[in-house]
Amino acid sequence: MSEAVAVRDLEKVFTRRKGIGRRRRTALKSVTFSMERGECVAILGQNGSGKSTLVRLLSTLLLPDGGSAAIFGHDVFKEARKVRRLVNRVSVEASFFKKMSAAENLAYAARFYGMGPRETHAKIPAILERVGFPSNRRNESMENLSRGMQQKVALARALLTSPVLLLLDEPTTGLDPRSKQEVQEFIREIRTRHDSTILLCTHDMKEAEDLADRIGLLDRGELLFLEPVEAVLARYHVATLEEAFFAATGRTYEDERTEEDEEREVFA
Amino acid sequence: MATVDTTFTRRKVLRDELVGLYGVVERNLYLTKRYFLWDLAFLLWTIANTLTIVFISRGVDLAPAARNELATKLLVGGVIWAFLGIIFEIVTETVAWERWEGTIEYTFMAPVSRPVHLIGMGIYAVIYGLVRAAAIFVAVVAFIGIHLPHANYGAAVALLAIASISFIGVGMMTAVLPLISPEKGTQLGFVAQGLMLVVSGVYYPVSVLPSWMQWIAKISPATYALRGNRKQILNGSGLAWADVWPLLVIGALSIPIGLVVFRAGERYAKQHGKLKRSG
Repeated sequence: MSEAVAVRDLEKVFTRRKGIGRRRRTALKSVTFSMERGECVAILGQNGSGKSTLVRLLSTLLLPDGGSAAIFGHDVFKEARKVRRLVNRVSVEASFFKKMSAAENLAYAARFYGMGPRETHAKIPAILERVGFPSNRRNESMENLSRGMQQKVALARALLTSPVLLLLDEPTTGLDPRSKQEVQEFIREIRTRHDSTILLCTHDMKEAEDLADRIGLLDRGELLFLEPVEAVLARYHVATLEEAFFAATGRTYEDERTEEDEEREVFA
Repeated sequence: MATVDTTFTRRKVLRDELVGLYGVVERNLYLTKRYFLWDLAFLLWTIANTLTIVFISRGVDLAPAARNELATKLLVGGVIWAFLGIIFEIVTETVAWERWEGTIEYTFMAPVSRPVHLIGMGIYAVIYGLVRAAAIFVAVVAFIGIHLPHANYGAAVALLAIASISFIGVGMMTAVLPLISPEKGTQLGFVAQGLMLVVSGVYYPVSVLPSWMQWIAKISPATYALRGNRKQILNGSGLAWADVWPLLVIGALSIPIGLVVFRAGERYAKQHGKLKRSG
């Protein structure tokens, strides 16, 4: 059996017009890592560090400028359709057709994964119930739901297609503490009850520490380390991940970012 | 350790694609239901717009029969303009609407093939466009009092359906524009619609156009749809092979070209990170 995820020297550069010239920003620099099946790996990084670019590349939404990526032995860029059947994603923005209801949005997503009306008739209410979505609001427009509720529907959408690789891109950012806790609980439940490998990209160090088997730090497009939290702390002889970040980058996690960092965030 | 099943039989892939096709049509039905009043308002605007064109026939000093014929010709032009507009709008929304809602990344990372996705949008556009065109036609005929004793409606609908293959193909080409320019791409779709109709004799015979435009008219599917529909509504003609074969040829070419153009646009968007939401 091949690795769940195998990323080798992955590179992505974005180019944008700036005045009469062009500006290039490297979003990912020779990123290499692998994940075992059933593992949960958290990639930490500030905004613009390249986390979303990594998720988009693995989701077949971007083409790389170098390197390779494979998911369960399938080349992400050459066998995109096979990879798409194995992967789903929850991003920071719970993107939906706002006038459509949760059930209608889930049905739309499910059809693209070959699930017909007979299959989703029972499955959609069941999955919404599992994420704690109230059954009496199933047919309400998404625009009437809170951010927390919308994120629960986003989790339901991802799980509905039974992905073997789940990409979570800042799934709890912007949520109130209670919703954040509920989403994190659900991620834990997925880990114990599903045959899912999880790549969690977050800037929340505590979340990474609580949920992941290994933690990676992506800084300005470079993956500085990827190992269990104890190994990270031992490597830098520090007590916390914040201190490890400082030791690895020479900056504090909350440091103001440079103009280049801001641009990288916009591009990525 | 259990293995991940990544084998997909041809039969399963075909079944999944058909379910995906159904999903696109179903989603559009949901949206039409939710935006029904807006769509109704837009329909009223289109009827008013068509009336402004058809009323021209009432201001021309002609015998009643000739005036009725002119009104019919203008009406056919107006209805096809509206039909084509809806097809281009819906197919172009394949990208534009999803981008605005933010769902585009989820749709483009789903395992449904792009041809099925685009054709699903096209099928819905044709069904919706035909219903809407019929409503405009009936409303204007009733309002102005046009007499159509010989009209062959079955043949007219059949010809429009055949022409729709080409319209969808051209729509696929314009659907790529919002991928390249999120801000202005959709409007350029309307430019394509206008250019196609101006060379196709939307409110006048193609023979009044400069000769170079008449050459372009030969490769425009709207030319044959307009010409055929006018004969069918005025004279009760059936499906004429002279109108059908060019539409089949243009359709057979425009769909693959549309898919190639869209694929190239999608590749460009993935290379440059333009599939992100912009709403």
